[in-house]
Formats: sequence, structure tokens, C-alpha cells
Amino acid sequence: MKLALKLAYKNLIGAGLRTWLNVIVLSFSFVLIIAAKGILVGWDRQAKLDMTNWEIGGGQYWNINYDPYDAFTLEDAHAPVPSQLGADIEAGDMIPVLIAQGTIYPEGRMQSILLKGIDPDQTILELPTRKLDTLVGATPVIIGSNMARANKLEVGDYVTIRWRDANGTFDATDICITEIFSTNVPTVDLAQVWLPMDSLQSMLLLSGEATLLTFRDREKPRDEIANWKLMSYKALVQDIEEMIKTKSVGQSIFYTILLLLALLAIFDTQVLSIFRRQKEIGTYVALGYTRREVVGLFTIEGGMHAVLAAVVGALYGIPLLIWFARTGITLGVTSADYGFAIADTMYPVYSGTLVIGTTLVVLLTTTIVSYWPSRKIARMNPTEALRGRLQ
Amino acid sequence: MEDNLIIKTEKLTKRFPMGKSEFTALKGIDLSLGTGEFAGLIGPSGSGKTTLLNIVGSLDTPSEGKVIVLDRSIGNLTAKEAARLRKEKLGFIFQNYNLLAVHTVYENVEFPLLLLHIAGTERKRMVLDALEWVGLTDKIKQKPPQLSGGECQRVAIARAMVKKPSIVLADEPTANLDAANSHNILQTMVKLNKELKTTFLFATHDEKVISYLKRKIYLLDGKLDKDETVSN
Ligand SMILES: Nc1ncnc2c1ncn2[C@@H]1O[C@H](COP(=O)(O)OP(=O)(O)OP(=O)(O)O)[C@@H](O)[C@H]1O
Ligand SMILES: [Mg+2]
Repeated sequence: MKLALKLAYKNLIGAGLRTWLNVIVLSFSFVLIIAAKGILVGWDRQAKLDMTNWEIGGGQYWNINYDPYDAFTLEDAHAPVPSQLGADIEAGDMIPVLIAQGTIYPEGRMQSILLKGIDPDQTILELPTRKLDTLVGATPVIIGSNMARANKLEVGDYVTIRWRDANGTFDATDICITEIFSTNVPTVDLAQVWLPMDSLQSMLLLSGEATLLTFRDREKPRDEIANWKLMSYKALVQDIEEMIKTKSVGQSIFYTILLLLALLAIFDTQVLSIFRRQKEIGTYVALGYTRREVVGLFTIEGGMHAVLAAVVGALYGIPLLIWFARTGITLGVTSADYGFAIADTMYPVYSGTLVIGTTLVVLLTTTIVSYWPSRKIARMNPTEALRGRLQ
Repeated sequence: MEDNLIIKTEKLTKRFPMGKSEFTALKGIDLSLGTGEFAGLIGPSGSGKTTLLNIVGSLDTPSEGKVIVLDRSIGNLTAKEAARLRKEKLGFIFQNYNLLAVHTVYENVEFPLLLLHIAGTERKRMVLDALEWVGLTDKIKQKPPQLSGGECQRVAIARAMVKKPSIVLADEPTANLDAANSHNILQTMVKLNKELKTTFLFATHDEKVISYLKRKIYLLDGKLDKDETVSN
């Protein structure tokens, strides 16, 4: 085996330019696969992290009627906060959020919005809720930067909102924007206004009620509560995972094609090499190899392209990938295009499993396409091969 | 003679498929070679010299008849056994040298020893000895494309001889060489035949080679024509 490796290496290097062309193309697929997968992993991580920090914490209880995709459910999606959760809320490890439909009237226009009530003292989410504690001439609210831009609102602006209370009666008041926050999570930003929980509860005449409860600790076991749906962290990030999976399929089509091209070049080299190197094959047999062993030798030689590609790929790939991971990659899409968390700049994450897995896949496929044409050697007549007369 | 018999063929017949019919290249050859002979198969092109040499070298098998080489029946060997016979006991020299082009002279000669798993220092000594026999100790780092034809063939001889095989099979070893190189190589082989008692079997129609042979086996149209032993 050691001899075969040495021989294969010598032969490959001896073949010169052709080998290096194959190796470089193969190394492209190598680096590309790792880079592309790294971006997805980084994206997945960052999106989940943003969601955790801005919206879902470690998981949520939803009122049984609550459906985030249907605003009309909101009218009924509230209930008194379950008493058994009181301790958690008291400790600051859980926050109730009340949600209602409303309308905002910036500069005489109108837009449907969600009014979200939250405790200004909460520490679970990154929302700057402390600014809801500001003393101003109207109800203090905070909004996201996309919401602010869409409605040309600025900190300090006063604007009118309108809503229907629990009895179905319309009411209106002025709010004052005390903070505009910037986030990658559109579901806490677009068309939303965050108010102090107490204010919203009294506006809606729903004292002590909530639509959902967000808790901090992901790992802690939670009880099922009647009329509340326990939404685990996993369930809440499922959409992200689904999207990443879809992206991943699209991506793999792209680099599979590149990998196939590289493999085709190696396959071609093998076919040609077996034809051109008949005399050499005959010589190996004359020197005491069985034809099967020569098949093995040529297979190792072909498979070794992958080893060289890994080395070459590492030479330019490692600095490149590290640079990517440091500076990030700007994708030119916004969260709004996707409906959930996407940062402007993605920071790829490369795991050991990713690198080793990719190496194994490339090594395996290269070896297979090298073995395939090499099988022909086993059927060669060595005396004909020695004369170089095989067609 | 009988007890030091190294190659023996009985009614050796070799047929090749030729389209729908068959072509008979060897027609019932009976031949015996003793250890240490310096013999050659002589005959015109197409007479079956190479075919016979290849069968003796276990690169091919007889269609009919018996071929015994070093007490092994060539027709009955498995691929593994045949490969082992070649690896351990046989040396080949070809008309077109068949050296490994990406390897140095040293590595080409070393190759058969690596196949035999001969350890480092011993191996090195054997390689250098073999290169000394053929007078190439000053070219060990060169690669075959940088050598002349005569030098290439000397490397090939060193490669065939390095493991001190029982039999060396040489098919037209001088066909690509000029007269001076041919004589040089033949003298080298005569010397090795004497010193190492290696059996040599040539296939040739080169007068220069024929003049060195101790035994001349003439083939004609796949049959044994004449068998002359040179007395001296
Ligand atoms: N694999 C084969 N298939 C068909 N015919 C073959 C094959 N090998 C050899 N022959 C035929 O057998 C005959 C003997 O061939 P061989 O190569 O043994 O001749 P040779 O005496 O070595 O000739 P040369 O001096 O030209 O090398 C030739 O007619 C050749 O065409
Ligand atoms: Mg011939």
C-alpha cells in the first residue's frame, strides 16, 4: 500500500500540467462547497440568534386562539395570564405580551399595525423597552427602523393611533416615539408599535391578560397549560430551518455541477491514461503485479487527485475562508424580502464536520470515478499491453 | 541435464483468435532448457518467438501442451501465482526498454526489490551492485527520457537482474541499439550469465545477438526448426 501510494504520487506529479489542472478544478469545488455551506450555517446560526434575542427567547406559550399568520384571530387571542406562571414572571424569566390590531395615522395617512404591549423592565429580549418608561406628553412607544422609515417617523414624533377595545368600541390616542431600534427581525419591526404593557391592557380593557408569554430558559422543562399552546424553541425556529434547507438544495445543485465537471476531467484523464500507458501497465504486470493490483494502483492514482486538491485548496482556501468569516459576506437582500431574520452581512461558520465531511465526499467520489475506467485494466491482455497495441 | 532442467515445454501449441477462425502461432513445441543456459529463439518475423517467450514468462498461457517453468505448470497458475513467479524468479528485458519514465534510474532498478519487500540498506546495496554491473553508477539520479537508448537498455538489464532472478527473458533487446551499444550490452549479459548463473532466453533475429548465443533454437512458422549448441 505504501509503495502504491508512493508510485501513485510520483506518477501524478510526473504527469505535470494535466494533473494540476484537474487538481485546481477539484480544489475549486472543495473550497466552494465549504464556503457555501459555511454561509448557510452562519446564516442559520445568526438568524436563530437574532430571533432568540429579539422575539422568541427560549420559547413561548401562545394563547390557544393565537395565529401569527392571521391578524383577525387577535380579537379572541387573549386570556388572563395563568396563575402558575406568576413566579416565573415575578423572577423576570417570563414576560407576557399582549397583541391587538390597530391603525396609525402618520401625516394624515393611515396604516394597519399591530399594537404590542410589553413590560418596560423586561430583560429577556433585546428590545429597548426601557425607553417605554419615558415621561412624555402621550403614551411612549418604541418602533423598529423599518417601520420608522416606511412611515417617516422619528424619535420625538407624536402620532395618533386608533383601536377597538374589548367591547368593540373604537378609541384613539396620541403616542410619542421615544426610541427607534434597529433589528434584523422583521416580525418585531414592520408595522408594529410597542407600548408599555399596562397602557395597552387599559386601552383594550384587558387588564391582566396576554396573547403570548415568552420565557428565557430554553432547556427548562415546561408544563402544558390548558388553553395555552406550548411553543418550543425548536418549533419556533422551524421556519428558518425549512428555508435553510431549501437554500441548501439550490446551492448544492450549483456546486454539484462544479464537482461533476471536476470529476469528469479526472474520469477523462483516467480513460486517456489507461490507453496511453498500456506499456507501463504491461511492465507492472511483467514486474510481478497482478492486473487487479494495477487496477488498484490506477485507482489510488486517480483518487489522489482529491488529496492534492485538498492540499491546494487549503493553500488558498484557508486564508480566503478566514477572511470571509472575518469580514462577512454582504448578500444584498433584506429581512423584509424574506419575512424573517437576515443580517445585511453574513458571517460564515465552518465546522470540523463540514471540512472533514466535504473532504471525504470529494475523496470518495474521485476514487469512484477513478476506479470505474481502471477496471478495464483487469481485462487487458498483458502481452498486448506491453506492445501498446490495445485499442 | 535432466535434474537442472529449468524450462520445459511439451507439445506446446498456442492459438490466437483471428476474427471467426483461429491462428496457430506455435505448433507443438518441445523444448528443454537447463539452468545457466545462454540461449536464443531465432527466426523470421512472425515465427512465434515472442509468443513462446511470453508463455514461458507466464504473461500468457498455452492453448495446448505443457509448459513447466521452475517446476510450475504455467497453464495451471492462478493470476496471483503467476505474478509471484514473475516477481520472484523472472526478469524481463524488452525491445523498447519499458522503463518507468517518471522515476529515476535508481528508482527504476529499485522497483522490483520494493515489490519483494527487501529492507533499506540491503536494497540499496543490491541496486548499486546492479548499476555497477551495467556501468551506470554515475547516472543514478537521471530519468529515462534523459538517457540514450543504450543507457536505457542497460537500466532495463539492471532492473531485470537486480533481484538475481533464475531466468531472464529478453525480447529483441538490441533492436533499437547501434552496433557498439549492442555489443556492450551483450557482453554485460554474458558476464552476468557467467557470474550469477542466470539462465538467459532471447528472442531475436539480430546477427550480433546470435553470435553471442551458446545455444541457437531456430523457429520457423511456429515449429522448432533447428536446435544448435555451440561447442567451445
Ligand atoms: N494476440 C495475438 N492475436 C493474434 N495473433 C497474434 C497475437 N500475438 C501474435 N500473433 C501472431 O502470431 C504470430 C507470431 O507472433 P510473434 O509475435 O510471436 O512473432 P515473432 O517471432 O516474435 O515476430 P517478430 O520477430 O516480428 O517479433 C504472428 O503471425 C502474429 O501475428
Ligand atoms: Mg517478437
